[in-house]
Amino acid sequence: MRRAYFKNNWIAALVVAPQLLIIFVFFYWPSSQALYWAFTLEQPWGGGNEWVWFENFAYLLSDDRYWQSVRVSTVYALATTALAMGMALILALFADRQLRGYKSFRIGLIWPYAVAAPAIGLAFRFIFNPSAGVASYLNYAFPDFWDPIMNGSHAMTMVIIAGAWKQVSYSFIFFLAGLQSIPRSLTEAAAMDGARPMRRMMDIQLPLLTPTFFFLLVINITDSFTDSFGIVDTMTSGGPARATNLMVYKIYEDGFRGLDYSGAAAQSIILMILVISLTFIQFRYVERRVHYT
Amino acid sequence: MADISIRDVRKSYGKDEVIHGVNLDIQTGEFVVILGPSGCGKSTLLRMIAGLEDITSGEITIAEKVVNHLEPRERGCAMVFQNYALYPHMTVADNIGYALKVAGMPTAERIEKVKQVASSVGLTEFLDRRPGVLSGGQRQRVAMARAIIREPEVFLFDEPLSNLDAKLRVQMRHEIRRIHNRVKATSVFVTHDQHEGMTLADRMVIMNKGTIDQVGTPEEVYNAPATTYVAGFIGSPAMNFLPGRVLASHAAVVLEEGSSLPIPSQAAQTMDGKLVQIGARPEALSLCRPGSGTLTATFEFYEELGSEGLHHLKIEDVQFSVLSENKMRLDEGTQIGVTIPQEALHIFDADTGRRIEISDPIHAIETA
Repeated sequence: MRRAYFKNNWIAALVVAPQLLIIFVFFYWPSSQALYWAFTLEQPWGGGNEWVWFENFAYLLSDDRYWQSVRVSTVYALATTALAMGMALILALFADRQLRGYKSFRIGLIWPYAVAAPAIGLAFRFIFNPSAGVASYLNYAFPDFWDPIMNGSHAMTMVIIAGAWKQVSYSFIFFLAGLQSIPRSLTEAAAMDGARPMRRMMDIQLPLLTPTFFFLLVINITDSFTDSFGIVDTMTSGGPARATNLMVYKIYEDGFRGLDYSGAAAQSIILMILVISLTFIQFRYVERRVHYT
Repeated sequence: MADISIRDVRKSYGKDEVIHGVNLDIQTGEFVVILGPSGCGKSTLLRMIAGLEDITSGEITIAEKVVNHLEPRERGCAMVFQNYALYPHMTVADNIGYALKVAGMPTAERIEKVKQVASSVGLTEFLDRRPGVLSGGQRQRVAMARAIIREPEVFLFDEPLSNLDAKLRVQMRHEIRRIHNRVKATSVFVTHDQHEGMTLADRMVIMNKGTIDQVGTPEEVYNAPATTYVAGFIGSPAMNFLPGRVLASHAAVVLEEGSSLPIPSQAAQTMDGKLVQIGARPEALSLCRPGSGTLTATFEFYEELGSEGLHHLKIEDVQFSVLSENKMRLDEGTQIGVTIPQEALHIFDADTGRRIEISDPIHAIETA
């Protein structure tokens, strides 16, 4: 890649300044504030705070409810990622075969990416509403089959499906691009070698897709840990009985509903460390093995 | 037995027809080279034989069996691709053995076979490497080995040497011919390089804009090109062309600048007044004193080729070259005579570009 060098450094500084300002205002400043709050105890209605070292963290780590939130978050992250990537991969494999009308499918499949999470949440809330939505037909046929309002695992299933649906299109774009960057002659060579389409997929396309796969794994897991608020808030508000109280949602609940600013700050620091270390582990140890030279 | 027969095969992409009704018969064990410039449809034709492209109309049979709707794996062909198409995530051994693995051969037997084939192309020490660390020539060998190991009835080559440097290309060319002599599979080799075509082929197929212009042995194609296109494409440096008109009264072809090239009077009678293109290969001509040769030309520049010299001349506005052992240096603009022996003349119809036979060219060369 060609790089551009500027002799006048002030021009470069001027050009990057707005971006740096935005990053500072919306990332470094809040993060440092959160870090500060995490080590203090803030009074609910303001009016001074007290430095308490690791007390907030100690309290959290001994709190069963916090671990319960970590547990459901992990379930949510793994399930959403698996579902979203699985669906995206299947759709991308079909789109890549260039069957009739694949261009309109491709556009249609990319669209959901542009839909905001709360809108998705609302739409799925209608679909899965046990007494009025599409799911109500299921309940009519099999009474008590579906009740996300009372049943925690039903609620979790619902949130997972909505979350996965939101992430499918992003993974789809990358999978499709990855598939299309595999030289056609490789699959042709495999066809000449006697491999049927399914075999070619297993032996040629999927192995060559592993770099894309691991990139998407990082992005999807991170996303499902941090970006699930809109869906949970509109669909379940963390219920029933905290069954869908994901870590992000708990931060919001404890902080803005429970007015426990310090506890919420400590939780967001833990979440941040979790996401950073996940990303680090995946890029450092996993991705390294999947490059072909 | 794996002769290939191509009957009126056409290929269209949407409304664009790129192959316009091709007929070709390839005998079992024959090495056929399809030669043509890029975009002439030669690769498309090969890919239709392989089964990688649909046939729009017509029929292709391999070993008496119509293969139009058969999958590539059912046709018994092996193919070497231009960019080798090696599987980057597999070792050399796995690349070579992939077809056998797909076919379900037991592992021990497969490994044995891979070793045997690898040693026959000199790859033994590279078996556990990935293609990414191999040189161009080594990758080429892997691609060959991958094709050989299947013991196919038909070998297809899609410009396999075009990514190699000049020296390696010649080496691999010899290697391919050696392998063919050993394996004796029917081979179809696509290239745009006439040297590859001439040296490898039992028979050559010259393609031009989606049609076949000529099919013949390298000698036939060189000595009696069927069209001006083939004549200009085969032979290096390229054949010279001069426009002229047949005049029965002169028993000659009279060129625009006035000089006349005698042809048998019988031939001249039958095409009296016809506009023709005269073709003459640079290597069949010689230089002489101005006025004493067949025609007179203006010297432009000289190219030293080592064993011979190439004089670039101009006749009226037409480029003309003479390849001979004569290495005399001239000043630009000097008038020089050119001798064109009658047996070196090729005559083409100016309208259709087709060859007009005036005498048996092979015979003419022998008597020359």
